Amino acid sequence: MSEKQLGKKVDRCLADGAIKLGTGLGLGIVFSVLFFKRHTWPISFGSGAGLGMAYANCQNDLRSHYLLHKSEKEQ
Amino acid sequence: MLRACLRGANATARNNCRRNPLTSVQHCRHYTAGETSGATKVVAAGLLTVSSGIGGTILYAKWDHKFRAAVEKNVPYSDLLFSLALGPSSQEEASVEATHIISAIGEVPSVPAPCDTEAAVAFCVYMFALEECKECHDHKDTPVTRPVEEVAARLAQQDQEEQDILASVSASLEESLASSAKTTLQAIGAQEAALQAITQHTHKLKEAMEAEVPPQEKSAQWKDLEAALANRTCAMNDASTALLKANETLGSLKSVIDKSKGLNIAAVHPLVLAAEENLHNMIVDLDKVVTKVQSAESEAKIVSQYSELVNEAKQQFQREVSSLTPEIQANWKGLTGKLSADDLNALIAHAHRRIDQLNRELAEQRVREQIHIDAALEQQKLEDQKALEKAVNTTLQHVKEEARLEQERKLGELREVMEAEMRTQLRRQAAAHTDHVQDVLKVQEHELRAEAEQVLSSKMLEQETRYRQLNQEQLDNFTLDMNTAYARLKGMEEAIDSHVVAEEEARKAHQLWLSVEALNYTLKTTDSDLPTIPLKSAAEAVRDSCHDNDFALALASALPEESLHRGVYSEASLRARFNSLRSLARRVALIDESHNSLYQYFLSYLQAALLFEDEQKAPPTQLSREDLDPFKLLSYASYCLEHGDLELAAKLVNQLRGETRRVVEDWLTEARLTLETRQVVSLLSAYANAVGLGTTQAP
Repeated sequence: MSEKQLGKKVDRCLADGAIKLGTGLGLGIVFSVLFFKRHTWPISFGSGAGLGMAYANCQNDLRSHYLLHKSEKEQ
Repeated sequence: MLRACLRGANATARNNCRRNPLTSVQHCRHYTAGETSGATKVVAAGLLTVSSGIGGTILYAKWDHKFRAAVEKNVPYSDLLFSLALGPSSQEEASVEATHIISAIGEVPSVPAPCDTEAAVAFCVYMFALEECKECHDHKDTPVTRPVEEVAARLAQQDQEEQDILASVSASLEESLASSAKTTLQAIGAQEAALQAITQHTHKLKEAMEAEVPPQEKSAQWKDLEAALANRTCAMNDASTALLKANETLGSLKSVIDKSKGLNIAAVHPLVLAAEENLHNMIVDLDKVVTKVQSAESEAKIVSQYSELVNEAKQQFQREVSSLTPEIQANWKGLTGKLSADDLNALIAHAHRRIDQLNRELAEQRVREQIHIDAALEQQKLEDQKALEKAVNTTLQHVKEEARLEQERKLGELREVMEAEMRTQLRRQAAAHTDHVQDVLKVQEHELRAEAEQVLSSKMLEQETRYRQLNQEQLDNFTLDMNTAYARLKGMEEAIDSHVVAEEEARKAHQLWLSVEALNYTLKTTDSDLPTIPLKSAAEAVRDSCHDNDFALALASALPEESLHRGVYSEASLRARFNSLRSLARRVALIDESHNSLYQYFLSYLQAALLFEDEQKAPPTQLSREDLDPFKLLSYASYCLEHGDLELAAKLVNQLRGETRRVVEDWLTEARLTLETRQVVSLLSAYANAVGLGTTQAP
């Protein structure tokens, strides 16, 4: 059902955001631990990147309907 | 009703308009009154002419019977006039003759009235011809128009009369014949006696004169002579009286004969003829005898004269007397009887002597008594003449009578012959007539038969045609009845078929309706959020129940596939779903293809949180631009949904754009599906109802 799509998308977004944030955080932490001498900036960077990626994905996902994809264009 | 009124009006108008003009034309006839009064003279002249004509006719009819007959025949009621004026016509014997002929023709069955049949007419004509042929006998021709019984009676009567008359006539004739015969015989006898007496007397006289006898013998002779004379006179008287009587009786016989002749009956004729012949014979005999007597008398006279002469001359011529006597005797003999040879010789001798004597006498008498001789001659001549005349008369009469009798006899014979001939001819005619009648009857029979057959055939034809007509009529009627029955049967069959068809249709319609109702019912078989059972079977049922109905088929096949396979959502579920959908739709109100970032999402969320619109708002009849706001639309849609107008709600929801639209797309599809299905079903149901109404008979 179409009304559930949004919910699903939001769920996906949230899940994706959470994952990305977590992964970013995790990577950030990792990187910060590993590479960047426990600076916080890679954690924030990573979480922010993660979040940003999630946001972008979510937005893309939400927007995807309105965008003409290549395949559609070719069709 | 209007037409009935019009008709009534027309009829009344016609009745009123029918006028019978009772125009009675009074003809005033002016009868020209009478004739102008003619002059009395003209009238008198006319009357005179008419009366003279009638009188002349009557007189002529009295004189000429044929004319009378003709007039009586041609002019009606003239016979009355004639009978008044002249007495009845005496010509009634024709009927007797006719009846005789009729009786002679035994084969003629009847004498019908003239105009009954052709045969009768022919017979009448024939009878008429018969009368015509009888005209030569001076009989009046009366057409026989009497009926059979009358004629037969009349015939019998007439026969009877004839018989009676015949009997009476014959009796009278016989009587008179007998009496006349008797008297005639008597007369003849008397005459003969007289003759004898005369002859004797003359003989005696001669003897007395001639014989030279002695005186006493002479006186005896003279006495004898006187006796003989007396005898003679007596005998002559007797003879004359007998003659008179005989004549009388003969006269009476003649009268009787004439009377019976006057009766004019055929059967009497032979009797009459015989009587006449007898009469004639008797008369002849009588006359002969009378002539004989007369001749004897004359001779006697002569002789007496002679004797006187002789007596006168006796003294003188005694010798001659004596010589004469045997001669006179011879003469007498020659006069009275047959001549024998002796008589002939004596006669010749006497002739010689006479010649001598005469010569002598001549010589003598010439001288002396020339005058006497002359006178005697004269006397003789006279007497001879008289005698001759008488003899001639009597012979003439006799001859006449004989001729007449002969004629009568011949006539009678001829009549008989003719009658026989006529009878044969009549028989022949009768035979011919019967043949003719037979032929005519045959012909008539043929004709009548032909006519009857024709009539019969025509009647038969008529009957046949009538029969055929009746038959035909019957057939036609029967055919008509049969046709009507057949038509009715056909009509009934058609009605039944149509009923059956209608019932079939009704059943089908009912079935359709039932199936549609089932379909309709299936639409209602929804739980709150679950769709209905798939409408496939119901749709199948509907399709089955209307497989010959294109419209229903089209409708049935117009059901959306989803509804068939999956079923449709009920309005309630849709309503509930919408209600749940509304908030989401509100939340993404700002999102469309141009505004679809996450920020916009956030903003739309914010808007949704902060904007308060009516839960339900009645949609206006016409949407304006402002009404295209999602929130308003949603409230309109809610209102509509709440009021059961899914269609309007769908329409309103259809106006949503952007993400809102994407969000409510499914709902809209579902709503569309439901609406579609419902529409189809409602159409089907309406159709089924219509069909059912159409096929259902109103009570």
